[in-house]
Amino acid sequence: MANIKDIVTTRFPQASIEDGEIMMIDIPSEKVHEFAQFLRDEKELAFDYLVTIVGMDWGESLGCIYYLTSIENNTHIAFKTSVQDREQPAIPSISDLWAIAGIYEREVYDFYGIIFLNNPDMRRLFLSIDWKGYPLRKDYDMSTELNPVSVENERQSDDTYEYELKDGKIVKIEHPVFKADDFVVNIGPQHPATHGVLRFRTAVDGETIKKIDVYMGYIHRGVEKLCETLQYPQTLHFMDRLDYFSAHNYHHGLCLCIEKAAGIQVPARAEYIRVIMDELSRIASHCLFIGTFCMDLGATTMLFYTLRVREQILDIMEKTCGARMTFNYDCIGGVMADLDPDFVKDVKDLLATIPSNIKEYNKLFTGNVITKNRMIGVGHLTRHDAISWGVTGPSGRASGWACDVRKTDPYSIYPEIDFEQVVMTEGDSYARFKCRVAEIEQSAHIIEQIIDKIPEGDYCAKVPKVLKLPVGRWFQVVEGCRGVFGIYIESDGSTKPYRLKIAPPCLPLAAVVDHITEGQKIADLITIGGSLDYIVPDIDR
Amino acid sequence: MPYEAFKDNEYIEKLVQELRDSGTNVLVGSLDKLINWGRSNSIWPLTFATSCCGIEFVSLGAARFDMARFGWEVARASPRQADFIMVAGTIVNRMAPVLRRLYDQLAEPKYVIACGSCAISGGPFRKSYHVARGIEDIVPVDVYVPGCPPRPEAMIYGIMQLSRKIKVEKFFGGVNRQESQEEFLRQHPIDKE
Repeated sequence: MANIKDIVTTRFPQASIEDGEIMMIDIPSEKVHEFAQFLRDEKELAFDYLVTIVGMDWGESLGCIYYLTSIENNTHIAFKTSVQDREQPAIPSISDLWAIAGIYEREVYDFYGIIFLNNPDMRRLFLSIDWKGYPLRKDYDMSTELNPVSVENERQSDDTYEYELKDGKIVKIEHPVFKADDFVVNIGPQHPATHGVLRFRTAVDGETIKKIDVYMGYIHRGVEKLCETLQYPQTLHFMDRLDYFSAHNYHHGLCLCIEKAAGIQVPARAEYIRVIMDELSRIASHCLFIGTFCMDLGATTMLFYTLRVREQILDIMEKTCGARMTFNYDCIGGVMADLDPDFVKDVKDLLATIPSNIKEYNKLFTGNVITKNRMIGVGHLTRHDAISWGVTGPSGRASGWACDVRKTDPYSIYPEIDFEQVVMTEGDSYARFKCRVAEIEQSAHIIEQIIDKIPEGDYCAKVPKVLKLPVGRWFQVVEGCRGVFGIYIESDGSTKPYRLKIAPPCLPLAAVVDHITEGQKIADLITIGGSLDYIVPDIDR
Repeated sequence: MPYEAFKDNEYIEKLVQELRDSGTNVLVGSLDKLINWGRSNSIWPLTFATSCCGIEFVSLGAARFDMARFGWEVARASPRQADFIMVAGTIVNRMAPVLRRLYDQLAEPKYVIACGSCAISGGPFRKSYHVARGIEDIVPVDVYVPGCPPRPEAMIYGIMQLSRKIKVEKFFGGVNRQESQEEFLRQHPIDKE
């Protein structure tokens, strides 16, 4: 860490460094691009993975916090920048350094109105073109009269905007999204193969895809703004409703972040329960993935086979948590309730059926000739592109990037558990599919090891009813079922978060569709979208 | 669920009373009954899901809850072929025009089930800046199924209530006409301002 500090200060003497769990560097806004490039390209630093960009409104200034990770050295760094101008705040874009930065910057622009200079696509991401105000600014007017629900079709622009600095003035340049003679097919938002309400505007040349414009926001519910009005324990339940398959994992992430900030020690029993629940949800999630993915490819019956396991898991969870989907089980300091008396027995019954089930899936589907033809070599994503686009989880690991947070930044009791990180090198749809099947086996292996070792004792630590976090900022990542899930909390010392940023794994997964599908056939769009396995409420939040 | 509780529905009783009061031709009445019997046993949903409730709807289609028992399993991807929309999930500002357009595209007679607290009132996201506070401002709703998300059993109950409603409707000179759409548009003008 001291080494990084030296390298940074010799090159950028104006940077002020704040030590902490993750080193935070304050950099003037005009130096952002230069600094980001330096962090990425400097051999000793090699911060090549952009985790997230957090937009901020500090009252007198607006700004951004960039979280970066070096995959090679497994180190983390953050840098922040701010601008005083609230009328037309502008920060240089880093979208030429990381492909995913373009989307993250659009999100910040949408929420805070910060213009990123030289980002080629500076449209709003989730909200409509006519939306008044920037909702995550502290002075935003929440009244529905300002932005009423309308049944009139939304106005949309065929142009993207780029802002440039010319002679000290910000100039707006328009670029058309598609070329004038492009044939554009609209897919979604209501389409069975988009797994929710996502929309692709697809430019095709015959059957070949030229470009896809991903249109999001059809289920943008403003969770981050809602969290700012609620107390910490109240923010938890939104995590169930983002990626409803990783409800436990996301809860775990937010709980870890709050516990880290408040210095709460979680009892050992709760840690074990949380990990078992996380892995059970991973199995259930991947089972549903196999079912829906096969259904996308035309193999309808697979859904019935895979949902059999999922229903069994939901039964186990229902007995303990009292719900089938939105569990709200992990709470600050532990878990809500103790395990059901039958829990261990039920889980063992489940584990006994998993190998035979996987064998059946492979027999029915994986080895099928049609399946292989439709998946092998379709939607190839290289390791370099996976990192540049921030594609994590099974999709990233299928491209050869070992990005499992359970291994790289182990949390809870994962360091004590023996399991393998499934990494494949092919990077096509088939690898993404096989990676998930293999992860089911690994998750079962994890549960097998600890199911008999759940210690006795409290299931929840004593936590004050009114929880206040000290002033500061915290960032926590966990492994969701679809990739790296990040939570950023900034506290001003009150009972409510000043800023709660959710860094979802599915946003990069949806953003990368344009890159992967370029030059592929339009029928393969369904295969590629299915194999990436994004969950739309998680993209939009 | 006890049979009496299942039958306990004032709304449908009111419909029955209306039918009794207005009276009908023997021939038309018998035809109505026959057609309604067919309609109520094969109501096809539109594949429409925005969030969590949609996944429970998927479970409903699988072997355990098996909605094929009731004739609802033919989930259509096109609104032209569907009988009802199960609005499963939150409807936000950007989605509202899309939902309305899908509703307009459904062939008459058409029905809407508001499934889950988000569709009913906005649910946990009610205070958000980008969420419709209930879908009844966008489309008329026939059945409300509460829950977050409702259990598949609750969804079965909800759709069964819809099929009971279909059974007691007047088909000829009743729901089998075009005016209701225009009337609805009069009540819900597209241009609110």
